[in-house]
Amino acid sequence: MMKAEAAGSLPKTNAEAVRKKPGRKRYGWMKGLLLPAVIIAIWQVIGGLGVVSATVLPTPVTIVLTFKELILSGELFGHLQISIYRAALGFLLGAGLGLMIGILAGFSKRTELYLDPSLQMLRTVPHLAVTPLFILWFGFDEVSKILLIALGAFFPVYINTFNGIRGVDAKLFEVARVLEFKWHQQISKVILPAALPNILLGIRLSLGIAWLGLVVAELMGSSSGVGYMIMDARQFSQTNKVFAGIIIFAVVGKLTDSFVRLLERKLLKWRNSYEG
Amino acid sequence: MAVTISIKEKAFVQEGRKNTVLENIELSIAPGEFLTLIGPSGCGKSTLLKIIAGLDSEYDGSVEINGRSVTAPGIQQGFIFQEHRLFPWLTVEQNIAADLNLKDPKVKQKVDELIEIVRLKGSEKAYPRELSGGMSQRVAIARALLREPEVLLLDEPFGALDAFTRKHLQDVLLDIWRKKKTTMILVTHDIDESVYLGNELAILKAKPGKIHKLMPIHLAYPRNRTTPDFQAIRQRVLSEFEKTEDLEYAEGSGI
Repeated sequence: MMKAEAAGSLPKTNAEAVRKKPGRKRYGWMKGLLLPAVIIAIWQVIGGLGVVSATVLPTPVTIVLTFKELILSGELFGHLQISIYRAALGFLLGAGLGLMIGILAGFSKRTELYLDPSLQMLRTVPHLAVTPLFILWFGFDEVSKILLIALGAFFPVYINTFNGIRGVDAKLFEVARVLEFKWHQQISKVILPAALPNILLGIRLSLGIAWLGLVVAELMGSSSGVGYMIMDARQFSQTNKVFAGIIIFAVVGKLTDSFVRLLERKLLKWRNSYEG
Repeated sequence: MAVTISIKEKAFVQEGRKNTVLENIELSIAPGEFLTLIGPSGCGKSTLLKIIAGLDSEYDGSVEINGRSVTAPGIQQGFIFQEHRLFPWLTVEQNIAADLNLKDPKVKQKVDELIEIVRLKGSEKAYPRELSGGMSQRVAIARALLREPEVLLLDEPFGALDAFTRKHLQDVLLDIWRKKKTTMILVTHDIDESVYLGNELAILKAKPGKIHKLMPIHLAYPRNRTTPDFQAIRQRVLSEFEKTEDLEYAEGSGI
């Protein structure tokens, strides 16, 4: 009797699982919105009751209104534009060099022996420690900011590209030899595809750090950019504007990260990995 | 596509001690022949195959294919590894084409033909992770065949497969051999497989690896494992095989 029941319930759960799958795929991302929504609701209620002063914690509604103001005046767009320009340029410079030197060091043991120890030493120096030096050398203008961002963006791509190349299965090289691949085919058909998961991971981390470097660069001395907007607002105790700036950083950061993850999904669809 | 192998010695040096793997191997394989190499584990049969392929060049002797000596691996000596070794980021047809351009109609046509021969129609666009072990090994075979090798070297290619898949792939291989007349050298430790496939059988003995006996197998293809003739040959190979093990014990540690 028990057994019959158990057997009877089995197909049902299977059917449920089948039905659940596409739904989980389509609405899975909405689960990520639940926690922020609850927090914002509580926040609004607390702010509305007047428990905390508006200069310490402006309510979500106030922040939205600030956003509206900033957008309509064009102030936000101007700051965002210059910030994105700096981050993008610094990222391209740093990640590009990281990719290049990572590939070189990955390929040649000799390059690795010459370069890697120095690079590892530089890597451990904190951003903020070199900031004064960059200001002394390059002044307060764009060059020092972009270089600071590039410095941070360089290492994740360099390390991950290097590791990716060194992690290529030697057995596949043997296949490449048997099939008489030319050297450039060994790079384009074996090494780069095999190292791609690591390279993309490096790019993702590097984008995050570029964004971080941007904030450091803009907070330390600037007359434009989202970081400057935050500093400026702080001086006048415009907490709502500070919040707006922070939210901008969060949103743009998340967007760029999602973009790289989209790339990962497209380029790495051959991978057979656990998806949770 | 005659293959002539003459290896005086192949040795590894380990912790200052010389360890001879192969010694005095003289083999001549006629064009279109199917040679199976069989021997106990550690007899150096895989090493021998790697030497023929040009993957291992640190030995004393020479390997010639059609009078041209083999110094490096290449497409003339097609090699099938124990594992399929497909590129995981390429689909079946891309794996077969590998460095060749699938957009070239000539390449595409040959790839399609081979997919037909190895019976993979319908899986052209699949990635290796979606394939079974047997299917993957067939892709590897097609990849080697596309280069029209003069000799196809197979290193225990079906060792990791289940009995049914193995039987199926053995028939696929024989089918290819009949159609393409490629010279085949297959290493195995499965006596059944060696008798089923080869028209020439070489039994190797270990420590150091030497050819114990060469046996031609005069059985018409397709062979049937259940016939008395097949079983008789199988018994003979088995008794020779046991002799090599006796020798090993006798010459070994004094047992």
